Amino acid sequence: MDPHAAGGRTSELLRIATAGSVDDGKSTLIGRLLHDCKAIFEDQLAHVVQTSERRGDGYVNLALLTDGLRAEREQGITIDVAYRYFATPRRKFILADTPGHEQYTRNMVTGASTADLSLVLVDARRGPTEQTRRHLYISSLLRIPHVVVCVNKMDLIDYSEDRFYEILEQLVDFSARLGIPDLTFIPISALHGDNVVERSFRMPWYGGPPLLYHLEHVVIAPDRNLSEVRFPVQWVIRPISEEHHDYRGFAGQVAGGVLRPGMEVVVLPSGRRTSIAAIDTYDGEREVAFPPMSVALRLADELDVSRGDMIVEPEDQPPAARELEAMLCWMSEAPLEVRGRYLLKHTTRTVKAIVDQLEHRVDVNTLVREPAAKLDLNEVGRVRLRCSAPVMADPYARNRATGSFILIDEASGDTVGAGMVLQGS
Amino acid sequence: MNPLHYELSHLDALEAESIHIFREVAAEFERPVLLFSGGKDSVVLLRLAEKAFRPAGFPFPVMHIDTGHNFPEVIEFRDRLVAALGERLIVASVQQTIDSGRAVEETGPRASRNRLQTTTLLDAINEHGFDAAFGGARRDEERARAKERVFSFRDDFGQWDPKRQRPELWNLYNGRIRRGEHVRVFPLSNWTELDVWQYIAREQLEVPSIYFAHRRAVFERDGMLYAHSPFVQLIDGERVFEESVRYRTVGDMTCTGAVRSSARTLEEVLAEIAATRITERGQTRADDRVSEAAMEDRKREGYF
Repeated sequence: MDPHAAGGRTSELLRIATAGSVDDGKSTLIGRLLHDCKAIFEDQLAHVVQTSERRGDGYVNLALLTDGLRAEREQGITIDVAYRYFATPRRKFILADTPGHEQYTRNMVTGASTADLSLVLVDARRGPTEQTRRHLYISSLLRIPHVVVCVNKMDLIDYSEDRFYEILEQLVDFSARLGIPDLTFIPISALHGDNVVERSFRMPWYGGPPLLYHLEHVVIAPDRNLSEVRFPVQWVIRPISEEHHDYRGFAGQVAGGVLRPGMEVVVLPSGRRTSIAAIDTYDGEREVAFPPMSVALRLADELDVSRGDMIVEPEDQPPAARELEAMLCWMSEAPLEVRGRYLLKHTTRTVKAIVDQLEHRVDVNTLVREPAAKLDLNEVGRVRLRCSAPVMADPYARNRATGSFILIDEASGDTVGAGMVLQGS
Repeated sequence: MNPLHYELSHLDALEAESIHIFREVAAEFERPVLLFSGGKDSVVLLRLAEKAFRPAGFPFPVMHIDTGHNFPEVIEFRDRLVAALGERLIVASVQQTIDSGRAVEETGPRASRNRLQTTTLLDAINEHGFDAAFGGARRDEERARAKERVFSFRDDFGQWDPKRQRPELWNLYNGRIRRGEHVRVFPLSNWTELDVWQYIAREQLEVPSIYFAHRRAVFERDGMLYAHSPFVQLIDGERVFEESVRYRTVGDMTCTGAVRSSARTLEEVLAEIAATRITERGQTRADDRVSEAAMEDRKREGYF
């Protein structure tokens, strides 16, 4: 990891994923965060109040803020990922609010895929449930670098320190097995606001910061891979005007490493070497480019480079892999079958892939691995895939951008699977 | 940007994400189009397209759905802006849709062409064979939009089915469609109204003059101020008066309300937006007030 990246400054945009059901008090917590950050507007609140009254909820049902679809309102459930936005003077937050039930695991995976931080709620009275463990597992599977467990409803257990630590101990072991790198526990009462925005005076035994402070200060810059250069070519900028006759800009979003003009690079899969002549943006040339900047590279030599190629440094190249070992979350009603053929989209490259082997299925509640002949909707398993052309894939644990892929059903065009590379060869 | 720590400001991070989306569409679709309304969000879209594709031209035309009831200031602005960019403009006219019998004008004092636009839009998409259409919608605008994907899939009839949305993971957008289907693409999905204004200020973008406070003849209806224009009939008891107003959104004159304001500069508008306690659509859009799921229902039919 680059030493500069661990500096004291924090990035300004934090992406959060939450999962949970009504009972955990998730809606109350989100409602309070939004409200206290002045992100709930008067007309939205008035609408929620009116709708709650009409439905006879008996209280102001803050779930209505995010349950935007007719079907969700009718059934009183969250079906799909809802995105909410709020800000403090220190940071802007994008919150992906996802349903917690097992039948919506794929939605949870979707919300988790881009998250920097996962917010898991536990009811202090009930303690960790099957759902809690599933949320932690999904957070670790998607490699969300930071996980915050909010032990909620502390008011209902007299703000008991013993109970809080009891829950903490139950989850620490489990999380250690999952390899969650940064795990934080915060005792809160979303209803009364304890330790949400303001520090609670009712829990003097808790020495940590309240939730919002934590969200504002958690350091995410080093989470990116800044040591291995990965630049998937997305689009070639070729102006037809006389003025820019010879211009070739290889445009894309930096997926890893730090690029500088003059740097020696190799273009994969061809293996041809050249160097970066310039890093272009609309606002002029840059001296440096890093994730997630969108730029255009000019190369010193005229090479045949097109979409789907990847520009990397000669000394640390990803394998041009035909075979992928991967964890896969299945997202389609039609099950994944061994020998099934799909399109595989990895960075800007789409190839055909065959499922050679389904090594095991993981029970998302117990983490138990079991043999399986297929993966049904919302199931997770370990697979071996064979690709029609090489993909420059890193292990997902090293780089979320170059270690992830989706599977697409060629006939329907639907996205049917989300994959995380363990190893490419 | 802070190169020492390799970090981006939130606007730079949002910009990078939007540029990625633009390029992804250009690469994966044969005939994209950028839908331009003349409003602030589509002004930002055009700047992001410049950032994605300059020094080359846009690999798609710009299209405006002209209801015939637009603010004249907006049409003048549209023509000037697109000409300055040197890009191709297509205008699809709701009036022509009505003249050809494809849609029937609503009548009465509350008549609006808001719904009719959908027919014009879908006809134009068909006629030109567009397979992807960029729009400036944001998820913070409205609760149905909060659930919509960046690549929002539309069937043969242009319809959105919120229950059949494709999972959208990482930055891997799935652009596979069949003939006759298309996607609406929303590069500003993760931007808020305040982000848009901050970006306009940072990039020094020109927006239509009606976004700034000006004196206008208005009348009050359902708690909103509407421009007095030939397109709207007054109902008994409504009277026209002059007020200092500005617009927070730009739609057509029949369904877009103004807000009382004295904000004449970008800085004053930014201060007003930062302090406001009402959403832009809640404050200024009659089209969203029809029912609880007005936006979802219109989107299902193929609306923007």
